Amino acid sequence: MVQSPASPNSFRLGPVLIIAAVVGIAAVAFAYTAGWLSPQRLTPKKLVAALAPPGGPALGHRRNHAKGICFTGTFEANGDGSSLSRAPVFARGQYPVLGRFNLGTPDPDAADATVRVRGLGISIKTPDGQEWRSAMINAPIFPVSTPQGFYELLTASGSKNPDAMKKFIAAHPEFITFLGWAKGGPWTGSYAEERYNSLDSFLFVDGSGATHPIRWSLIPAAQPVSVPPDELAKRGPDFLEQEITQRVAAGPQRWSLVVTEANPGDSTADPNKAWPADRRTVEVGTLTVQQIEPERDGPCLNINFDPTVLPAGITTSDDPFPAARSAAYSRSYNSRTAEASHYPGTDTGAR
Amino acid sequence: MTTSRKRFTAPQRLLHWLMAICILSMLFIGVGMVSTITSKYLTLVQIHKPLGIAILVLALIRLTLRLIYKAPALPPDLPEPIKLGAELSQYVLYALMISMPLIGWGMLSAASYPVVLFGSLHLPSILPLSPTLHTWLWRAHHYLAFAFFATILMHVGAILFHKLIRNDGIFETMAPVLTRNQPK
Repeated sequence: MVQSPASPNSFRLGPVLIIAAVVGIAAVAFAYTAGWLSPQRLTPKKLVAALAPPGGPALGHRRNHAKGICFTGTFEANGDGSSLSRAPVFARGQYPVLGRFNLGTPDPDAADATVRVRGLGISIKTPDGQEWRSAMINAPIFPVSTPQGFYELLTASGSKNPDAMKKFIAAHPEFITFLGWAKGGPWTGSYAEERYNSLDSFLFVDGSGATHPIRWSLIPAAQPVSVPPDELAKRGPDFLEQEITQRVAAGPQRWSLVVTEANPGDSTADPNKAWPADRRTVEVGTLTVQQIEPERDGPCLNINFDPTVLPAGITTSDDPFPAARSAAYSRSYNSRTAEASHYPGTDTGAR
Repeated sequence: MTTSRKRFTAPQRLLHWLMAICILSMLFIGVGMVSTITSKYLTLVQIHKPLGIAILVLALIRLTLRLIYKAPALPPDLPEPIKLGAELSQYVLYALMISMPLIGWGMLSAASYPVVLFGSLHLPSILPLSPTLHTWLWRAHHYLAFAFFATILMHVGAILFHKLIRNDGIFETMAPVLTRNQPK
Protein backbone atom coordinates (compact mmCIF):
# COMPACT_ATOMS: atom_id res chain seq x y z
CA MET A 1 0.00 0.00 0.00
CA VAL A 2 2.92 2.36 0.56
CA GLN A 3 4.39 2.21 -2.92
CA SER A 4 3.31 5.03 -5.14
CA PRO A 5 3.31 4.51 -8.85
CA ALA A 6 3.30 8.27 -9.32
CA SER A 7 5.27 9.83 -6.54
CA PRO A 8 5.95 13.43 -7.43
CA ASN A 9 9.28 13.35 -5.64
CA SER A 10 12.34 11.47 -6.69
CA PHE A 11 13.04 8.37 -4.59
CA ARG A 12 14.62 9.02 -1.22
CA LEU A 13 15.75 6.13 0.95
CA GLY A 14 15.47 7.88 4.35
CA PRO A 15 11.68 8.22 4.56
CA VAL A 16 11.17 4.69 3.28
CA LEU A 17 13.43 3.37 6.04
CA ILE A 18 11.55 5.38 8.66
CA ILE A 19 8.22 3.97 7.47
CA ALA A 20 9.58 0.41 7.42
CA ALA A 21 11.04 0.86 10.91
CA VAL A 22 7.81 2.24 12.44
CA VAL A 23 5.63 -0.49 10.93
CA GLY A 24 8.22 -3.20 11.62
CA ILE A 25 8.71 -2.25 15.28
CA ALA A 26 4.94 -2.16 15.84
CA ALA A 27 4.57 -5.60 14.25
CA VAL A 28 7.39 -7.07 16.36
CA ALA A 29 5.94 -5.57 19.56
CA PHE A 30 2.59 -7.13 18.70
CA ALA A 31 4.19 -10.52 18.03
CA TYR A 32 6.07 -10.30 21.33
CA THR A 33 2.87 -9.46 23.23
CA ALA A 34 1.14 -12.42 21.59
CA GLY A 35 3.91 -14.68 22.90
CA TRP A 36 5.12 -15.69 19.43
CA LEU A 37 8.67 -14.72 20.32
CA SER A 38 8.54 -16.40 23.76
CA PRO A 39 8.29 -20.17 23.29
CA GLN A 40 8.89 -20.62 27.04
CA ARG A 41 5.75 -18.70 28.04
CA LEU A 42 3.18 -20.95 29.72
CA THR A 43 0.16 -20.21 27.58
CA PRO A 44 -3.42 -21.44 28.10
CA LYS A 45 -2.91 -23.49 24.94
CA LYS A 46 0.06 -25.36 26.44
CA LEU A 47 -1.63 -25.91 29.79
CA VAL A 48 -4.80 -27.26 28.19
CA ALA A 49 -2.84 -29.43 25.75
CA ALA A 50 -0.97 -30.96 28.70
CA LEU A 51 -4.28 -32.17 30.15
CA ALA A 52 -5.01 -34.33 27.13
CA PRO A 53 -4.49 -38.09 27.33
CA PRO A 54 -1.95 -39.65 24.90
CA GLY A 55 -4.65 -40.22 22.27
CA GLY A 56 -5.64 -36.55 22.27
CA PRO A 57 -8.56 -34.77 23.94
CA ALA A 58 -12.14 -36.07 23.84
CA LEU A 59 -13.61 -33.73 21.24
CA GLY A 60 -16.64 -31.73 22.30
CA HIS A 61 -15.94 -32.31 25.99
CA ARG A 62 -14.37 -30.24 28.75
CA ARG A 63 -10.61 -30.72 28.64
CA ASN A 64 -10.62 -31.69 32.31
CA HIS A 65 -13.45 -32.77 34.60
CA ALA A 66 -14.87 -34.12 31.34
CA LYS A 67 -17.36 -36.52 32.90
CA GLY A 68 -20.27 -34.93 34.68
CA ILE A 69 -23.98 -34.55 35.22
CA CYS A 70 -26.11 -31.40 35.53
CA PHE A 71 -28.21 -30.28 38.45
CA THR A 72 -30.50 -27.42 39.31
CA GLY A 73 -31.58 -26.20 42.70
CA THR A 74 -31.39 -23.23 45.01
CA PHE A 75 -29.03 -21.45 47.33
CA GLU A 76 -30.73 -20.13 50.43
CA ALA A 77 -28.63 -17.46 52.11
CA ASN A 78 -29.18 -17.03 55.83
CA GLY A 79 -27.81 -13.47 55.80
CA ASP A 80 -24.77 -14.20 57.96
CA GLY A 81 -22.37 -13.84 55.02
CA SER A 82 -23.28 -10.16 54.70
CA SER A 83 -20.91 -9.26 57.52
CA LEU A 84 -18.02 -10.49 55.35
CA SER A 85 -19.16 -9.61 51.83
CA ARG A 86 -21.56 -7.14 50.32
CA ALA A 87 -22.32 -9.54 47.43
CA PRO A 88 -26.12 -9.73 47.09
CA VAL A 89 -25.92 -13.53 47.07
CA PHE A 90 -25.31 -13.39 50.86
CA ALA A 91 -28.36 -11.25 51.59
CA ARG A 92 -31.04 -13.39 53.20
CA GLY A 93 -33.04 -15.00 50.40
CA GLN A 94 -33.30 -17.81 47.93
CA TYR A 95 -31.43 -17.76 44.60
CA PRO A 96 -31.52 -20.14 41.61
CA VAL A 97 -28.59 -22.48 41.12
CA LEU A 98 -27.27 -24.35 38.11
CA GLY A 99 -24.48 -26.83 38.66
CA ARG A 100 -22.60 -29.90 37.65
CA PHE A 101 -21.22 -32.88 39.55
CA ASN A 102 -18.07 -34.06 37.82
CA LEU A 103 -14.96 -36.20 37.90
CA GLY A 104 -11.42 -34.87 37.63
CA THR A 105 -10.48 -36.67 34.44
CA PRO A 106 -10.05 -35.66 30.79
CA ASP A 107 -11.87 -38.89 29.81
CA PRO A 108 -15.68 -38.50 29.63
CA ASP A 109 -16.00 -42.30 29.62
CA ALA A 110 -13.80 -43.00 32.64
CA ALA A 111 -15.19 -45.55 35.11
CA ASP A 112 -16.35 -43.64 38.20
CA ALA A 113 -14.36 -45.77 40.65
CA THR A 114 -11.09 -44.98 38.85
CA VAL A 115 -11.20 -41.22 39.39
CA ARG A 116 -9.88 -39.89 42.68
CA VAL A 117 -10.99 -36.28 42.43
CA ARG A 118 -14.70 -35.43 42.39
CA GLY A 119 -15.90 -31.93 41.77
CA LEU A 120 -18.87 -29.61 41.84
CA GLY A 121 -19.34 -26.62 39.57
CA ILE A 122 -21.94 -24.05 40.52
CA SER A 123 -23.52 -20.85 39.25
CA ILE A 124 -25.73 -18.76 41.54
CA LYS A 125 -27.65 -15.83 40.08
CA THR A 126 -29.14 -12.95 42.01
CA PRO A 127 -32.08 -10.85 40.80
CA ASP A 128 -29.82 -7.84 40.06
CA GLY A 129 -28.22 -9.92 37.25
CA GLN A 130 -24.97 -10.68 39.06
CA GLU A 131 -23.57 -14.16 39.08
CA TRP A 132 -21.18 -16.20 41.21
CA ARG A 133 -19.53 -19.22 39.66
CA SER A 134 -17.26 -21.63 41.43
CA ALA A 135 -15.69 -24.99 40.71
CA MET A 136 -14.74 -26.96 43.80
CA ILE A 137 -13.24 -30.39 44.44
CA ASN A 138 -13.36 -32.95 47.23
CA ALA A 139 -9.59 -32.91 47.85
CA PRO A 140 -8.70 -30.94 51.00
CA ILE A 141 -5.72 -29.31 49.29
CA PHE A 142 -4.58 -28.74 45.72
CA PRO A 143 -1.84 -31.12 44.42
CA VAL A 144 0.72 -28.35 43.87
CA SER A 145 1.45 -24.78 44.93
CA THR A 146 1.65 -22.98 41.59
CA PRO A 147 0.13 -23.19 38.09
CA GLN A 148 3.62 -23.81 36.72
CA GLY A 149 3.88 -26.74 39.15
CA PHE A 150 0.55 -28.07 37.89
CA TYR A 151 1.83 -27.91 34.32
CA GLU A 152 4.93 -29.82 35.39
CA LEU A 153 2.75 -32.40 37.15
CA LEU A 154 0.75 -32.94 33.96
CA THR A 155 3.90 -33.16 31.87
CA ALA A 156 5.56 -35.60 34.29
CA SER A 157 2.52 -37.84 34.68
CA GLY A 158 2.13 -38.01 30.89
CA SER A 159 5.81 -38.70 30.35
CA LYS A 160 7.17 -42.06 29.19
CA ASN A 161 10.34 -41.44 31.18
CA PRO A 162 10.08 -43.69 34.26
CA ASP A 163 11.97 -41.12 36.36
CA ALA A 164 9.71 -38.20 35.39
CA MET A 165 7.43 -38.44 38.44
CA LYS A 166 10.37 -38.93 40.79
CA LYS A 167 12.00 -35.80 39.42
CA PHE A 168 8.72 -33.93 39.65
CA ILE A 169 8.21 -34.87 43.30
CA ALA A 170 11.77 -33.89 44.13
CA ALA A 171 11.08 -30.45 42.67
CA HIS A 172 7.58 -30.23 44.19
CA PRO A 173 7.67 -31.93 47.60
CA GLU A 174 4.29 -30.31 48.38
CA PHE A 175 2.77 -32.97 46.11
CA ILE A 176 3.47 -35.59 48.81
CA THR A 177 0.83 -33.99 51.08
CA PHE A 178 -1.71 -34.38 48.29
CA LEU A 179 -0.64 -37.98 47.70
CA GLY A 180 -1.33 -38.64 51.36
CA TRP A 181 -4.99 -37.75 50.80
CA ALA A 182 -5.17 -39.42 47.36
CA LYS A 183 -3.90 -42.73 48.75
CA GLY A 184 -5.17 -42.65 52.31
CA GLY A 185 -8.27 -40.46 52.23
CA PRO A 186 -11.73 -42.03 52.28
CA TRP A 187 -13.80 -42.77 49.17
CA THR A 188 -17.58 -42.52 49.26
CA GLY A 189 -20.29 -44.05 47.11
CA SER A 190 -22.10 -40.78 46.33
CA TYR A 191 -21.62 -37.27 45.01
CA ALA A 192 -24.05 -36.32 47.80
CA GLU A 193 -21.65 -37.47 50.52
CA GLU A 194 -18.71 -35.38 49.37
CA ARG A 195 -17.43 -32.16 50.82
CA TYR A 196 -16.43 -29.73 48.04
CA ASN A 197 -13.73 -27.15 48.72
CA SER A 198 -12.82 -23.93 46.93
CA LEU A 199 -9.16 -24.56 47.84
CA ASP A 200 -8.31 -21.22 46.25
CA SER A 201 -8.44 -18.17 48.47
CA PHE A 202 -10.56 -15.20 47.52
CA LEU A 203 -11.24 -11.85 49.14
CA PHE A 204 -14.65 -10.93 50.48
CA VAL A 205 -15.29 -7.20 50.48
CA ASP A 206 -17.73 -6.03 53.12
CA GLY A 207 -20.02 -3.00 53.13
CA SER A 208 -17.30 -0.77 54.60
CA GLY A 209 -14.85 -1.77 51.86
CA ALA A 210 -12.72 -3.90 54.21
CA THR A 211 -11.41 -7.14 52.70
CA HIS A 212 -11.46 -10.57 54.33
CA PRO A 213 -9.26 -13.36 52.91
CA ILE A 214 -11.44 -16.46 52.82
CA ARG A 215 -11.94 -19.96 51.43
CA TRP A 216 -15.21 -21.84 51.31
CA SER A 217 -16.54 -25.38 51.38
CA LEU A 218 -19.83 -27.12 50.73
CA ILE A 219 -20.38 -29.55 53.58
CA PRO A 220 -22.82 -32.37 52.86
CA ALA A 221 -25.89 -32.92 55.02
CA ALA A 222 -25.69 -36.59 54.06
CA GLN A 223 -23.50 -38.67 56.36
CA PRO A 224 -20.41 -39.82 54.38
CA VAL A 225 -20.00 -43.58 54.34
CA SER A 226 -16.51 -44.77 53.51
CA VAL A 227 -16.41 -47.41 50.78
CA PRO A 228 -13.15 -48.92 49.49
CA PRO A 229 -12.49 -48.24 45.79
CA ASP A 230 -12.40 -51.93 44.80
CA GLU A 231 -15.91 -52.20 46.25
CA LEU A 232 -16.99 -49.13 44.23
CA ALA A 233 -15.57 -50.68 41.05
CA LYS A 234 -18.15 -53.46 41.31
CA ARG A 235 -20.98 -50.93 41.14
CA GLY A 236 -20.44 -50.24 37.42
CA PRO A 237 -18.72 -47.50 35.44
CA ASP A 238 -21.44 -44.87 35.97
CA PHE A 239 -22.58 -45.66 39.49
CA LEU A 240 -22.08 -42.09 40.73
CA GLU A 241 -24.41 -40.64 38.10
CA GLN A 242 -26.99 -43.38 38.63
CA GLU A 243 -26.83 -43.02 42.39
CA ILE A 244 -27.19 -39.22 42.45
CA THR A 245 -30.07 -39.36 39.96
CA GLN A 246 -32.00 -41.84 42.12
CA ARG A 247 -31.06 -40.11 45.34
CA VAL A 248 -32.22 -36.66 44.24
CA ALA A 249 -35.38 -38.11 42.69
CA ALA A 250 -36.14 -39.54 46.13
CA GLY A 251 -35.49 -36.24 47.90
CA PRO A 252 -33.49 -33.00 47.55
CA GLN A 253 -29.86 -33.13 48.74
CA ARG A 254 -28.34 -30.38 50.84
CA TRP A 255 -24.95 -28.88 51.62
CA SER A 256 -24.17 -25.99 53.89
CA LEU A 257 -21.88 -23.34 52.48
CA VAL A 258 -19.24 -22.57 55.09
CA VAL A 259 -16.80 -19.70 54.72
CA THR A 260 -13.47 -19.85 56.53
CA GLU A 261 -11.69 -16.61 57.28
CA ALA A 262 -7.88 -16.52 57.31
CA ASN A 263 -5.93 -15.28 60.31
CA PRO A 264 -3.31 -12.63 59.63
CA GLY A 265 -0.26 -14.45 58.27
CA ASP A 266 -2.16 -17.39 56.72
CA SER A 267 -1.02 -18.01 53.17
CA THR A 268 -3.68 -17.10 50.63
CA ALA A 269 -1.33 -17.65 47.67
CA ASP A 270 -0.92 -21.41 48.07
CA PRO A 271 -3.95 -23.73 47.79
CA ASN A 272 -1.65 -26.65 48.63
CA LYS A 273 -1.48 -25.39 52.24
CA ALA A 274 -4.53 -25.96 54.39
CA TRP A 275 -5.27 -23.35 57.04
CA PRO A 276 -5.26 -24.55 60.65
CA ALA A 277 -8.56 -26.09 61.70
CA ASP A 278 -9.28 -23.46 64.38
CA ARG A 279 -9.92 -20.64 61.91
CA ARG A 280 -13.20 -18.76 62.24
CA THR A 281 -15.95 -20.21 60.06
CA VAL A 282 -19.31 -18.73 59.13
CA GLU A 283 -22.14 -20.78 57.73
CA VAL A 284 -23.67 -18.51 55.12
CA GLY A 285 -26.43 -20.63 53.57
CA THR A 286 -27.64 -23.91 52.16
CA LEU A 287 -27.32 -25.39 48.70
CA THR A 288 -30.27 -27.60 47.79
CA VAL A 289 -29.96 -29.85 44.75
CA GLN A 290 -33.50 -30.47 43.51
CA GLN A 291 -33.14 -31.99 40.09
CA ILE A 292 -30.55 -34.00 38.17
CA GLU A 293 -30.35 -33.86 34.38
CA PRO A 294 -28.00 -35.71 32.05
CA GLU A 295 -25.27 -33.48 30.69
CA ARG A 296 -26.33 -34.09 27.11
CA ASP A 297 -29.00 -31.43 26.42
CA GLY A 298 -28.67 -30.45 30.08
CA PRO A 299 -28.47 -26.82 31.25
CA CYS A 300 -24.83 -27.13 32.41
CA LEU A 301 -23.42 -28.51 29.15
CA ASN A 302 -22.48 -25.16 27.62
CA ILE A 303 -21.63 -23.38 30.84
CA ASN A 304 -18.03 -22.64 31.79
CA PHE A 305 -17.74 -22.80 35.59
CA ASP A 306 -15.04 -20.14 35.54
CA PRO A 307 -14.10 -19.39 39.16
CA THR A 308 -13.41 -15.75 38.33
CA VAL A 309 -17.04 -15.01 37.47
CA LEU A 310 -17.68 -13.17 40.72
CA PRO A 311 -20.24 -10.65 41.95
CA ALA A 312 -19.11 -7.30 43.34
CA GLY A 313 -18.13 -8.10 46.93
CA ILE A 314 -15.92 -11.07 46.02
CA THR A 315 -12.56 -10.66 44.29
CA THR A 316 -9.55 -12.80 43.55
CA SER A 317 -6.63 -12.75 46.00
CA ASP A 318 -2.90 -13.28 45.46
CA ASP A 319 -3.69 -16.95 44.78
CA PRO A 320 -2.40 -17.43 41.20
CA PHE A 321 -4.75 -20.30 40.37
CA PRO A 322 -8.07 -18.57 39.64
CA ALA A 323 -6.44 -16.54 36.84
CA ALA A 324 -4.73 -19.63 35.42
CA ARG A 325 -7.93 -21.64 35.66
CA SER A 326 -9.97 -18.89 34.02
CA ALA A 327 -7.50 -18.66 31.12
CA ALA A 328 -7.42 -22.44 30.68
CA TYR A 329 -11.19 -22.95 31.11
CA SER A 330 -11.82 -20.30 28.47
CA ARG A 331 -9.50 -22.06 26.05
CA SER A 332 -11.20 -25.38 26.80
CA TYR A 333 -14.63 -23.81 26.32
CA ASN A 334 -13.70 -22.25 22.97
CA SER A 335 -12.34 -25.57 21.74
CA ARG A 336 -15.15 -27.80 22.89
CA THR A 337 -18.00 -25.55 21.77
CA ALA A 338 -16.41 -25.46 18.31
CA GLU A 339 -16.44 -29.28 18.40
CA ALA A 340 -20.06 -29.51 19.58
CA SER A 341 -20.88 -31.87 16.72
CA HIS A 342 -18.50 -34.42 18.27
CA TYR A 343 -20.40 -34.48 21.56
CA PRO A 344 -22.36 -37.72 21.52
CA GLY A 345 -25.93 -36.85 20.61
CA THR A 346 -27.26 -40.36 21.02
CA ASP A 347 -26.41 -43.52 22.89
CA THR A 348 -24.70 -44.79 19.77
CA GLY A 349 -22.29 -41.85 19.90
CA ALA A 350 -18.89 -41.91 21.54
CA ARG A 351 -20.00 -44.09 24.41
CA MET B 1 -19.09 13.60 1.51
CA THR B 2 -16.32 16.16 1.74
CA THR B 3 -16.06 19.62 3.15
CA SER B 4 -14.08 22.61 2.00
CA ARG B 5 -12.37 22.65 5.41
CA LYS B 6 -8.66 21.87 5.21
CA ARG B 7 -8.63 19.95 8.50
CA PHE B 8 -10.97 17.69 10.41
CA THR B 9 -12.80 19.60 13.16
CA ALA B 10 -11.19 19.67 16.60
CA PRO B 11 -13.64 17.15 18.12
CA GLN B 12 -12.99 14.78 15.20
CA ARG B 13 -9.24 15.07 15.67
CA LEU B 14 -9.51 14.60 19.40
CA LEU B 15 -11.61 11.47 18.92
CA HIS B 16 -9.22 10.12 16.29
CA TRP B 17 -6.18 10.32 18.55
CA LEU B 18 -8.01 9.21 21.67
CA MET B 19 -9.39 6.21 19.82
CA ALA B 20 -6.01 5.46 18.28
CA ILE B 21 -4.63 5.01 21.79
CA CYS B 22 -7.67 2.98 22.91
CA ILE B 23 -7.71 0.68 19.90
CA LEU B 24 -3.99 0.00 19.86
CA SER B 25 -4.12 -0.73 23.60
CA MET B 26 -7.13 -2.94 23.02
CA LEU B 27 -5.40 -5.02 20.34
CA PHE B 28 -2.27 -5.48 22.44
CA ILE B 29 -4.36 -6.34 25.51
CA GLY B 30 -6.40 -8.84 23.52
CA VAL B 31 -3.47 -10.67 21.99
CA GLY B 32 -1.54 -10.52 25.27
CA MET B 33 -4.31 -11.78 27.55
CA VAL B 34 -4.95 -14.96 25.58
CA SER B 35 -1.23 -15.78 25.73
CA THR B 36 -0.84 -15.95 29.50
CA ILE B 37 -2.13 -17.79 32.55
CA THR B 38 -0.61 -15.35 35.06
CA SER B 39 -2.69 -12.92 37.09
CA LYS B 40 -2.14 -10.45 34.24
CA TYR B 41 -4.78 -12.49 32.42
CA LEU B 42 -7.55 -11.33 34.73
CA THR B 43 -6.33 -7.74 34.83
CA LEU B 44 -6.22 -7.56 31.05
CA VAL B 45 -9.65 -9.21 30.63
CA GLN B 46 -11.09 -6.74 33.14
CA ILE B 47 -9.73 -3.83 31.07
CA HIS B 48 -10.65 -5.41 27.73
CA LYS B 49 -14.41 -5.47 28.32
CA PRO B 50 -15.11 -1.88 29.46
CA LEU B 51 -12.52 -0.51 27.02
CA GLY B 52 -14.25 -2.34 24.18
CA ILE B 53 -17.58 -0.81 25.11
CA ALA B 54 -15.91 2.62 25.41
CA ILE B 55 -14.54 2.20 21.88
CA LEU B 56 -18.01 1.26 20.61
CA VAL B 57 -19.53 4.40 22.15
CA LEU B 58 -16.70 6.63 20.88
CA ALA B 59 -16.94 5.08 17.41
CA LEU B 60 -20.66 5.82 17.21
CA ILE B 61 -20.08 9.44 18.30
CA ARG B 62 -17.28 9.69 15.79
CA LEU B 63 -19.43 8.31 12.97
CA THR B 64 -22.12 10.87 13.81
CA LEU B 65 -19.56 13.71 13.73
CA ARG B 66 -18.24 12.39 10.45
CA LEU B 67 -21.69 12.43 8.91
CA ILE B 68 -22.26 15.99 10.16
CA TYR B 69 -18.85 17.58 9.51
CA LYS B 70 -17.58 15.29 6.72
CA ALA B 71 -13.92 14.98 5.75
CA PRO B 72 -11.57 17.38 3.99
CA ALA B 73 -11.18 16.51 0.31
CA LEU B 74 -8.19 14.44 -0.74
CA PRO B 75 -5.63 16.34 -2.86
CA PRO B 76 -6.85 16.45 -6.49
CA ASP B 77 -3.53 15.21 -7.83
CA LEU B 78 -3.68 12.01 -5.76
CA PRO B 79 -3.46 8.99 -8.09
CA GLU B 80 -6.72 7.04 -8.37
CA PRO B 81 -5.49 3.77 -6.80
CA ILE B 82 -4.25 5.63 -3.73
CA LYS B 83 -7.49 7.59 -3.50
CA LEU B 84 -9.44 4.34 -3.66
CA GLY B 85 -7.23 2.78 -0.98
CA ALA B 86 -7.62 5.81 1.27
CA GLU B 87 -11.40 5.78 1.02
CA LEU B 88 -11.75 2.03 1.34
CA SER B 89 -9.51 1.93 4.41
CA GLN B 90 -11.80 4.40 6.16
CA TYR B 91 -14.82 2.18 5.57
CA VAL B 92 -12.88 -0.82 6.81
CA LEU B 93 -11.69 0.98 9.95
CA TYR B 94 -15.17 2.28 10.83
CA ALA B 95 -16.64 -1.20 10.25
CA LEU B 96 -14.05 -2.77 12.55
CA MET B 97 -14.34 -0.11 15.27
CA ILE B 98 -18.08 -0.71 15.49
CA SER B 99 -18.27 -4.45 14.81
CA MET B 100 -15.44 -5.70 17.02
CA PRO B 101 -16.99 -4.60 20.34
CA LEU B 102 -20.40 -5.88 19.21
CA ILE B 103 -18.91 -9.24 18.21
CA GLY B 104 -17.12 -9.47 21.56
CA TRP B 105 -20.31 -8.63 23.45
CA GLY B 106 -22.28 -11.13 21.38
CA MET B 107 -19.63 -13.80 21.85
CA LEU B 108 -19.77 -13.48 25.65
CA SER B 109 -23.58 -13.49 25.50
CA ALA B 110 -23.67 -16.64 23.36
CA ALA B 111 -21.48 -18.37 25.98
CA SER B 112 -23.72 -17.12 28.81
CA TYR B 113 -20.89 -15.22 30.50
CA PRO B 114 -22.00 -12.16 32.42
CA VAL B 115 -20.65 -9.04 30.66
CA VAL B 116 -19.24 -7.21 33.66
CA LEU B 117 -17.92 -3.68 33.11
CA PHE B 118 -17.09 -2.43 36.63
CA GLY B 119 -18.10 -3.92 39.95
CA SER B 120 -21.80 -4.70 39.80
CA LEU B 121 -22.28 -2.79 36.52
CA HIS B 122 -22.93 -5.25 33.74
CA LEU B 123 -24.52 -5.27 30.30
CA PRO B 124 -27.49 -7.39 29.27
CA SER B 125 -27.02 -10.48 27.16
CA ILE B 126 -27.66 -9.72 23.47
CA LEU B 127 -27.75 -13.33 22.21
CA PRO B 128 -29.08 -16.66 23.46
CA LEU B 129 -26.69 -19.37 24.70
CA SER B 130 -25.47 -21.13 21.56
CA PRO B 131 -22.23 -23.02 20.93
CA THR B 132 -22.64 -22.47 17.18
CA LEU B 133 -23.08 -18.70 17.48
CA HIS B 134 -20.29 -18.56 20.05
CA THR B 135 -17.92 -20.38 17.73
CA TRP B 136 -18.66 -18.13 14.76
CA LEU B 137 -18.34 -14.97 16.82
CA TRP B 138 -15.22 -16.16 18.62
CA ARG B 139 -13.55 -16.94 15.30
CA ALA B 140 -14.64 -13.60 13.84
CA HIS B 141 -13.32 -11.75 16.90
CA HIS B 142 -10.03 -13.60 16.67
CA TYR B 143 -9.35 -13.19 12.94
CA LEU B 144 -10.75 -9.66 12.66
CA ALA B 145 -8.41 -8.59 15.48
CA PHE B 146 -5.42 -9.52 13.33
CA ALA B 147 -7.05 -7.92 10.29
CA PHE B 148 -7.63 -4.79 12.40
CA PHE B 149 -4.00 -4.61 13.46
CA ALA B 150 -2.83 -5.18 9.87
CA THR B 151 -5.17 -2.43 8.66
CA ILE B 152 -3.78 -0.07 11.29
CA LEU B 153 -0.22 -0.88 10.23
CA MET B 154 -1.17 -0.08 6.63
CA HIS B 155 -2.90 3.10 7.80
CA VAL B 156 0.22 4.20 9.68
CA GLY B 157 2.48 3.23 6.76
CA ALA B 158 0.23 5.10 4.35
CA ILE B 159 0.00 8.29 6.38
CA LEU B 160 3.77 8.35 6.83
CA PHE B 161 4.06 7.92 3.08
CA HIS B 162 1.77 10.93 2.59
CA LYS B 163 3.74 12.97 5.09
CA LEU B 164 7.33 11.94 4.45
CA ILE B 165 7.29 11.13 0.75
CA ARG B 166 4.46 13.02 -0.87
CA ASN B 167 4.05 15.75 1.76
CA ASP B 168 0.59 16.38 0.30
CA GLY B 169 -1.20 17.77 3.38
CA ILE B 170 -3.26 14.67 4.19
CA PHE B 171 -1.42 14.10 7.48
CA GLU B 172 -2.17 17.69 8.45
CA THR B 173 -5.92 17.14 8.09
CA MET B 174 -5.84 14.95 11.22
CA ALA B 175 -2.64 16.16 12.91
CA PRO B 176 -3.25 17.02 16.57
CA VAL B 177 -1.30 20.25 16.11
CA LEU B 178 -0.30 22.10 12.98
CA THR B 179 2.97 20.64 11.75
CA ARG B 180 3.44 23.03 8.84
CA ASN B 181 1.84 26.07 7.33
CA GLN B 182 -1.60 25.41 6.02
CA PRO B 183 -1.68 25.28 2.24
CA LYS B 184 -3.15 28.50 0.90
